[in-house]
Amino acid sequence: MAISVRVFGGAASPRAPAPPLLSLIAALVAAGMLLPVAYLAIRASENGALLETLTADSTLQTLLRTCLLAGAVAAGTVAIALPAAWLTTATDLPLRRLWAVLLCLPLVFPSYVGAFAMVAALGPRGMLQDVLSPLGVDTLPQIYGFRGAWLVLTLFTFPYVLIPVRATIAGLDRSMEEAARSLGASPVAAFARVTLPQLRPALAAGLLLVVLYVLSDFGAVSILRFDSLTRVIFIQYKSAFDRSEAASLALLLVAVAMLVVWLEAGTRGRAQYHTAAVRKRAAPVRLGGWKWPALAFCFAIVAISLILPMSVLVYWLVRGLDSGQSFAFIWGAAGRSIQASGFGALACMAAALPVAVLSVRYPGLISSVVERVSYSGYALPGISIALALVFFGANYAPALYQTLPLLIFAYAVRFMPQALGGARASLLQTNPKTEEAARSLGGNRIRVFGRITVPQMLPGLTGGGLLVFLTAMKELPATLLLAPIGFDTLATQIWSSTTEAMFARAAVPAILLVLISAIPTTIMVWRDNVRSSI
Amino acid sequence: MPIRPLALLATILSALLLVAVAACGDDDGEETTPTAAPTGTTTESTTAAATDGPSDSITVYSGRSETLVQPVIDQFEEATGIEVNVRYGDTAEMAATILEEGGNSPADVFFAQDGGALGALASEGLLTPLPDDILNLVDTPYRSHDGFWVGISGRARVVAYNTEELTEADLPGSILDFTDPQWDGRIGWAPTNGSLQAFVTALRILDGDDAARAWLEGIQANNPSVYEGNTQVVEGVANGEVDVGFVNHYYLYRFLEEQGESFPARNYYTEAGDPGSLINIAGASILESSGNKAAAEEFIRYMLSTEGQQYFADETFEYPLIDGVETHPDLVPLAQIQPPDIDLSDLEDLEGTLDLMREAGVLP
Repeated sequence: MAISVRVFGGAASPRAPAPPLLSLIAALVAAGMLLPVAYLAIRASENGALLETLTADSTLQTLLRTCLLAGAVAAGTVAIALPAAWLTTATDLPLRRLWAVLLCLPLVFPSYVGAFAMVAALGPRGMLQDVLSPLGVDTLPQIYGFRGAWLVLTLFTFPYVLIPVRATIAGLDRSMEEAARSLGASPVAAFARVTLPQLRPALAAGLLLVVLYVLSDFGAVSILRFDSLTRVIFIQYKSAFDRSEAASLALLLVAVAMLVVWLEAGTRGRAQYHTAAVRKRAAPVRLGGWKWPALAFCFAIVAISLILPMSVLVYWLVRGLDSGQSFAFIWGAAGRSIQASGFGALACMAAALPVAVLSVRYPGLISSVVERVSYSGYALPGISIALALVFFGANYAPALYQTLPLLIFAYAVRFMPQALGGARASLLQTNPKTEEAARSLGGNRIRVFGRITVPQMLPGLTGGGLLVFLTAMKELPATLLLAPIGFDTLATQIWSSTTEAMFARAAVPAILLVLISAIPTTIMVWRDNVRSSI
Repeated sequence: MPIRPLALLATILSALLLVAVAACGDDDGEETTPTAAPTGTTTESTTAAATDGPSDSITVYSGRSETLVQPVIDQFEEATGIEVNVRYGDTAEMAATILEEGGNSPADVFFAQDGGALGALASEGLLTPLPDDILNLVDTPYRSHDGFWVGISGRARVVAYNTEELTEADLPGSILDFTDPQWDGRIGWAPTNGSLQAFVTALRILDGDDAARAWLEGIQANNPSVYEGNTQVVEGVANGEVDVGFVNHYYLYRFLEEQGESFPARNYYTEAGDPGSLINIAGASILESSGNKAAAEEFIRYMLSTEGQQYFADETFEYPLIDGVETHPDLVPLAQIQPPDIDLSDLEDLEGTLDLMREAGVLP
């Protein structure tokens, strides 16, 4: 079978300017995403000592610490996700579908639950210490601080890299790798020299989500006592009610995020990867004796990022049952979580679609500005976005304030980039020639968009939508402040119990949240496996 | 046979949304309205109910958690027929929310964990003075001089200690003595916590800024473990991460309830009159923008009634603030603690305290 892989470098063909309607819609989306930044600018301008705040030694140190953490977590997630993605898509690893599902599931743990569980398990005098102390182990390595924050954030964010990389490997034409191997390259060398370069967009898109997640995370760093920029921002709100200084620091965070987004865009280069319509599936790489270390690797990751936190939750539950706690059923909260997160996912997919098409098919100054500012919300701490929408909602849209639509809008502002990355990746892998062909056969632009472009983007877009759903299920600050009154969710119930030290009570909603999130994750990963094996 | 992603996704999403709507329907019925569809009509009805509904309903922003205060709010609804919509959240975040909402806040009452948040709203002119009959229910130390807020329940600062490592005899009489090097590496605290900051402010008023700075620096020199909140401090004390922790008294009782009497931590009250025995409050206020101040006053009156105060004494293990309600038998009575002679409304200079804490390297 003759296979051609075409890698376009540079602007492949002279392109028509973007359709005005598309540009307009994408610009509106970007404007929505920029609302929090506008709010922060308003508040920061009230800070008489803006320059002092931003240039203080403590600010710069915090900034450096935060960037170090983000970089270390990024490295950690690649170290886990890259081998895991390769093993579960391209090899004869036993039970690889099951491993694929299990390895994606750590995503369903809220980082605050993960951090609590990690402290309970690995902290000083935690469960592991209890197990080891008869063996004479008196102190474990310190979990608080940089190390703990790094560990927890790595373990609960690596699926952000794993998912797009797996999807890309599964969708790749593997004949080139096969050719390399037939010419004598080892499987690893073939992977590194042929496949890896093609993974760059997926890797960069996943890492972007990880880095911005780390920048905005509050749950893990606060429980593990690492003074990241976000934690300092929260402390400003918490103890000083000082919104202007917090806003100034949050703007700094936006600046860092934009820098990261810009760097990611740089790694994309101007290359676009398209494969021919006919793809060939290579025979799985035989692991042979390497099967055992590979299995051990997968098991170790699953044990620490999935089984361990789950065991802690079950332990809390059992301990509570033992001391006679009674548990109310919380199906109402579960329903509200699913409802808000489901609509949030749909909203993010709808918002990501025009931005992705504009940025991939009509690259240029406007499209890159629109795409990049869409990431600003994702890097901000939830509380900053929540307060921004409180400000705009209460004062300029009172009819919408504290209603479900505004909450969904808040989710869209916070999480749209998760859907955007997937949509872009899918679109990058489809050849614009298909669309051109359809148009040349007489299809008008909107029809071609609906019949050709959107279906091609759906795998990435739905994958991204799922990520949004999972993240929105865990969302806390915006849900607390912006949901309709009485609209408690699983996440708010977990929060309300853990703040009062009622861990047994927190265990029920936490377990339910994890199980509910696991269902669509499992279906999605399983489905991708099925698809890739067709 | 290829599986069609679109069909599969549509199936999953519609199934999930169906479950969601069904689940909400099973609930008490109040929340079904917003589930119908996120459209304009739903929006209007929800907002109408929240803001300009009938006069027998109020909205409370509560910085205290649902498990702790919803039962007493239910009692209030039953006793008065006034419907209460409660938004739960973190006290400081709720205060920031009200500051952002300004005159458009849907809230009638703000029920806060600490006086600091109430003071911040009062100084922005967002609160309305409470009538004297409410204020006079509570002794002066526990209410605002200007009448903008009133304490609902009291919480004592205590030293939680690990009962496997220490007995009360090992503990110093004054909180000031924990700067002694023998406590190096043995202290846990939560410097971002409002109650601890209130204590530092009290120390500044009682002994002066220099003494407060010396204490902060002394504790900092003893390499304390920094926790997110009081809950984590008590947990750290119990599992032996630290030997002592500076916390509010009632967290211990949550753990005892969940984990039984064998929980290896107890509270220690520093000696009578020591700044370490400050009594803080959880308090309430009425917003200037409230459209239903009469019902809001009813709410606060009920919280300070015998029934309301009995609830806090029995169920949340806090100190009742009105005469005639007994403190829980497990607690050391207020009369015996002899809290330092200080009015909580004098603890307004939070900014000064935070500066001091930053200078001492306690806060980033």
